[in-house]
Amino acid sequence: MSLLEVSGISVTFDGFRAINNLSFSIGPAELRAIIGPNGAGKTTFMDIVTGKTRPDEGKVLWGEKSVNLLKMNEAQIAQAGVGRKFQRPTVFEDQSVAENLMMALKAARSPWKVLFWRPAKPDHFRVEALAKEVGLGDQLDRKSGELSHGQKQWLEIGMLLAQEPRLLLVDEPAAGMTLAEREQTTALLVELSKSHAVVVVEHDMEFVRRLDCRVTVLHEGSVLAEGSLDHVTSNPQVIEVYLGR
Amino acid sequence: MKPGFLSRNPSVLTFLAVLAIFTLAVTFLSEAYGAGLVSTSMVKTLGKTLTLCLIAIAMDLIWGYTGILSLGHFAFFGLGGYMVGMWLMYARTREIVLSSAGGALPMTPQELQDAIATQIFGVVGTSELPAVWSFAGSLPAQLALVVLVPGILAFVFGWFAFKSRVTGVYLSILTQAMTLALSLYLFQNDSGLRGNNGLSGLQNIPGLDAVGQDALSVWFLWASALALALGYLLANFVVSGKFGSVIRGIRDDEARVRFLGYSVENYKLFVFTLTAIIAAIAGALYYPQAGIINPAEIAPIASIYLAVWVAIGGRGRLYGAVIGAAFVSLVSTWFTGGRAPDVPLGFYTIKWVDWWSVLLGLSFVLVTLFAPKGIAGIVDWVQGLRPPKRGGTPLGPDDGSLQEKEALE
Amino acid sequence: MRSLLLALATGCLLALPSLPVSAQDAPATAETTLPAAPASASLTGLAAVLAANAEAIAKPSRQTIGPVIAEIGAAGAGAPEFLEAWADRRVGQRKDGAFFLIAKSADGWDLTDPASGQPAGTAPKSEITELKPNSGVRGLIASALVEFQLSDPDPAKRRAALEALARNGGPEHIEPLRAAIDNEPDATIRAQKERLEGLLTIRYGSSTERRVAAISQFGSDLGLDLRGAINPLLATTRKAFTGAPEGNLAAELTPGKGDFDAEAAYALLVAQGLAPARLTRTALRSALESHVENGMVGGIPVAELDDPKLRDAAYTALEAAGTVPPAATDDEVAAAVAAHRYADIYAEPDASVTDAARGALKGIEIKVGAMQVADLALDALSLGSIYFLAAIGLAITFGVMRVINMAHGEFITMGAYTGYVVQTWISDYTTSILVALPLAFAVTFGAGVAMERLVIRHLYKRPLETLLATFGISIALQQIFKNVFGTQARPLTSPAWLDGAWTLNDVVSISYIRIAIFVLALIFLAVFLFIMTRTRLGLEVRAVTQNPSMAASMGINPDRINMLTFGLGSGIAGIAGVAIGLFAKVTSELGSDYIVQSFMTVVVGGVGNIWGTLAGATLIGSLQKGIEWFNPSNTLAAQTYMILFIIVFIQFRPRGIIALKGRAAGD
Repeated sequence: MSLLEVSGISVTFDGFRAINNLSFSIGPAELRAIIGPNGAGKTTFMDIVTGKTRPDEGKVLWGEKSVNLLKMNEAQIAQAGVGRKFQRPTVFEDQSVAENLMMALKAARSPWKVLFWRPAKPDHFRVEALAKEVGLGDQLDRKSGELSHGQKQWLEIGMLLAQEPRLLLVDEPAAGMTLAEREQTTALLVELSKSHAVVVVEHDMEFVRRLDCRVTVLHEGSVLAEGSLDHVTSNPQVIEVYLGR
Repeated sequence: MKPGFLSRNPSVLTFLAVLAIFTLAVTFLSEAYGAGLVSTSMVKTLGKTLTLCLIAIAMDLIWGYTGILSLGHFAFFGLGGYMVGMWLMYARTREIVLSSAGGALPMTPQELQDAIATQIFGVVGTSELPAVWSFAGSLPAQLALVVLVPGILAFVFGWFAFKSRVTGVYLSILTQAMTLALSLYLFQNDSGLRGNNGLSGLQNIPGLDAVGQDALSVWFLWASALALALGYLLANFVVSGKFGSVIRGIRDDEARVRFLGYSVENYKLFVFTLTAIIAAIAGALYYPQAGIINPAEIAPIASIYLAVWVAIGGRGRLYGAVIGAAFVSLVSTWFTGGRAPDVPLGFYTIKWVDWWSVLLGLSFVLVTLFAPKGIAGIVDWVQGLRPPKRGGTPLGPDDGSLQEKEALE
Repeated sequence: MRSLLLALATGCLLALPSLPVSAQDAPATAETTLPAAPASASLTGLAAVLAANAEAIAKPSRQTIGPVIAEIGAAGAGAPEFLEAWADRRVGQRKDGAFFLIAKSADGWDLTDPASGQPAGTAPKSEITELKPNSGVRGLIASALVEFQLSDPDPAKRRAALEALARNGGPEHIEPLRAAIDNEPDATIRAQKERLEGLLTIRYGSSTERRVAAISQFGSDLGLDLRGAINPLLATTRKAFTGAPEGNLAAELTPGKGDFDAEAAYALLVAQGLAPARLTRTALRSALESHVENGMVGGIPVAELDDPKLRDAAYTALEAAGTVPPAATDDEVAAAVAAHRYADIYAEPDASVTDAARGALKGIEIKVGAMQVADLALDALSLGSIYFLAAIGLAITFGVMRVINMAHGEFITMGAYTGYVVQTWISDYTTSILVALPLAFAVTFGAGVAMERLVIRHLYKRPLETLLATFGISIALQQIFKNVFGTQARPLTSPAWLDGAWTLNDVVSISYIRIAIFVLALIFLAVFLFIMTRTRLGLEVRAVTQNPSMAASMGINPDRINMLTFGLGSGIAGIAGVAIGLFAKVTSELGSDYIVQSFMTVVVGGVGNIWGTLAGATLIGSLQKGIEWFNPSNTLAAQTYMILFIIVFIQFRPRGIIALKGRAAGD
């Protein structure tokens, strides 16, 4: 039983086949790393799952009821439980850490309800707890634009958690973090994967090794190999396209 | 942890106090209720300025907060004016027709309507009441239309524009096109709204002939001030909570907001429609004070001036929009009214009537270039003189900022 | 030779049976008067005719003078001159009854013998009575003269005569015209004569066959004159009949079908006196008002008479009392309408003629429709090239730099004013235009570069603010134009060789100036394509368009490219301004009239591609013309609907007709 089932998707940009007959699936509590050289289609794959890009063909099914994600827009997909952390930290720099987290907090999303929504006590507690979890407990009132790059990464992870998604798509979470923070991130992701589906896109092999999970290798828009890190790194094709020069 | 609304928004209290003092001061200086130091026409100008401040708030909501540069909000303003103007003109003409009716028999409803239609539409060569005037006889109906017509127009237009994800400059041009289409439509005689003649005589309120214009002007000043106060409170309510967070998020990075699960289109549509309605209400209060409305008022240039006011005042904060609208429109009136002294340069005399637009245009460029925060930036500057209130610990040098470049694409 | 022609013409005239006047009277007069001529045996030709009809000539009346004029026309030498002089009031009668052409001299009149054309001495004023024919008579004389002029040796006179006939030819002219065809030496005039003969035959031909033949001879000719001849044949009048419709029936009408309702049917009956008029609301009101008694009308209080039903009741009461005439009730109206038949009747009684005319007109209409489409296409093309010219500069700056230049319209105006200023220096229009085009480019190029350096380059990261800043510049520039050049329109005159229009037929025509603009647009397209694809500058511009930072790292200076692009876009606006100024009024608002359409063109066409701009301009031009065609009286409505269309269009193609796809498009 898988949470996300992607089968046979292809997408073409101006004649360039970014994704070519790609299939992928992940269970409800699983950690998966996706690696691949630049242009392998990692980001496009995420774009398709989150609704930003429409594939030319293929199916993307979600959850127990096998809902077709291709018929939903970005917001509906996010509401269905797909959370995404971008490669570059994208937080709302003009707003405070608390506001950023409050916006991400799982709650009604329709304009009318949001207009009259005012945070209750539990919401404040939850925001404070999240901020503490990502090490921003004493930064709640600061404008997030003033944070350091690593803090922004953490804030974005905090926002991802606040959304309480069932599937987390995490794009290069370790970029811009210190060694200690990377370890903290690894621990967090592993912990999360006990109850969530987590997909990590990463360049950094060391980081992937620490995650100790199944690895999917993408190349030219399709899956080249899948299995444990040791398994895929011993695959000659993988060595050729990814490691070898 | 949960401070009250007003203490969280100290600017609201200040604003309401200033507005109240201003309104009272004008009342006590007016010809009708006070010392007579402020002329009736001046009271009207001030009343009109308050309604312009109200539409500036709407503009600030849609542009300063949501990031949609709408070049069409004066169209909604004008529509609001037209809707209320229809009742004013119809009811007033009915009074005139009834009082001047000859003949021994009382008029049938049909005769009455024909006589009114002849009076109103004689200038465009018809004597039939167009269908759009069906409700003109009823004040409540027309007041409802003040909200409904611009609201529905904004909703339909916004629904089309936002659903197809037209953004940025494209959207601005699209709103400008909508405004142009509307004003061109109204310019036609067969639009049913008297073509380029527009509606006139709106300053005479039916049933209030006994009240002089001097008193009426003060009443309208109060109405405008009340509307502005309510509009300010509403706008503040909208932008203060999570809704405000979301729309500012849309302004800064709408894709990110989408991935948080908010349907950006619906939010934009909501704000667009809401601000259109605020603009329409402002228009409905403006034109009875101006006395006349015609399609030229709706021309795209008016909406661009609205953006100018908000930019000069300082967008992204409500009092900035109000300051900008009041300041620019009053200064504009002063310069173009011929009251500003000419500047003799020896070889050439600068007449402000001719050169004010040049000054406005250039100062607008300068504000955009050098003071994007506008006049309201002064408030920041003043606050900056005091020691900043800093939450949390200062940023340390070790917080990973060294690796920032690495993370960039 | 000439007298022979004259005799022939007049002979034909006399022989023509369908002439209303001469048909009955002329031959009789000729027969009775000619034998009388021998009484004064010494007189021949014109002199004899004049002598015989002296009384009629001296006191002409419109009703009776026709035959006399015809006779004079047939009298040979001197007749045309006499008729001309008569019509000009240059004929006098001496006391002894003789007629002379007279001219004022110092002490009376110089006389000329009408028959010989020789001077005949002088006469004192008192001896001569001037003949003053009234206008009706002069008209008859003139139309008789036309016949002579049709055979005049001077082609110009023949042409003038033909034009006069085309305007007000009558049945009496058909025969002389036919007679004048055979000997016509000039092929063009001969063709004109034949055409006119055909047209006159259609209207006044002697027999059905001839008229039908004349109609079919034209086929589906597009001339306005042909439609002018056929349309009156198909004019109808709507009539009501108690029995079966009479006359040449165009169509029988049933009340309630089409746009002929019962109300119209009854109005027709009333107009023909077949039914009494209905009581109008005004009439009802005044009838009631004149019968107010003790505040009551027909037993109903006046105050309650604001109800139409009570008014009817009051009138019925008065009617019953016999104080007012009965008015038709609804039932009576319905009965009257049902009792009659209605039809459109042709004014032309001959059914086969109207059938032929209808058939011909149908053919003509189809062809005219096709031609109108062609004309419309030409119009659309020309409007499209104007929009293209106006928008291309905007498209360049928007495409390359993502900057919307709201002052673009003012650059167009600036170009037009440059043209005007140049014309005040150089009076020769051709030279001045040739000077103005490059100068306008230079001026607006400079203005564009200045604007880019001073303002826009600081705002590249904030596109919406560029829009506003350039708008500020637009306000300022517009007002400066007003202050410098005033608010009234300034002339920018095109050279004489651009005046006039290229006319294909009566339907399709296009002015040379529009052709010139079309050519200019083509030149621009070619130059632009050349610059973009064949020059180093073009390569760099394309590089900066696609990826500014990559281009910068390749050693291209984006600053320089941006500056040049902006200058280029503005310079093209200046040239467009000169072109537009040639046919539009040059005021400070010239540019802003085109700015929204230019935006539309760019938005509809798609950004970053000259073909997109071309497609956008063509689409918008044809759309506007197409909508105008459906509603020609209302260009405002056309613009309104066009904009609405564009708004809807953008829904389906948010990035324009030719859009960049995929990742390159970005967000």
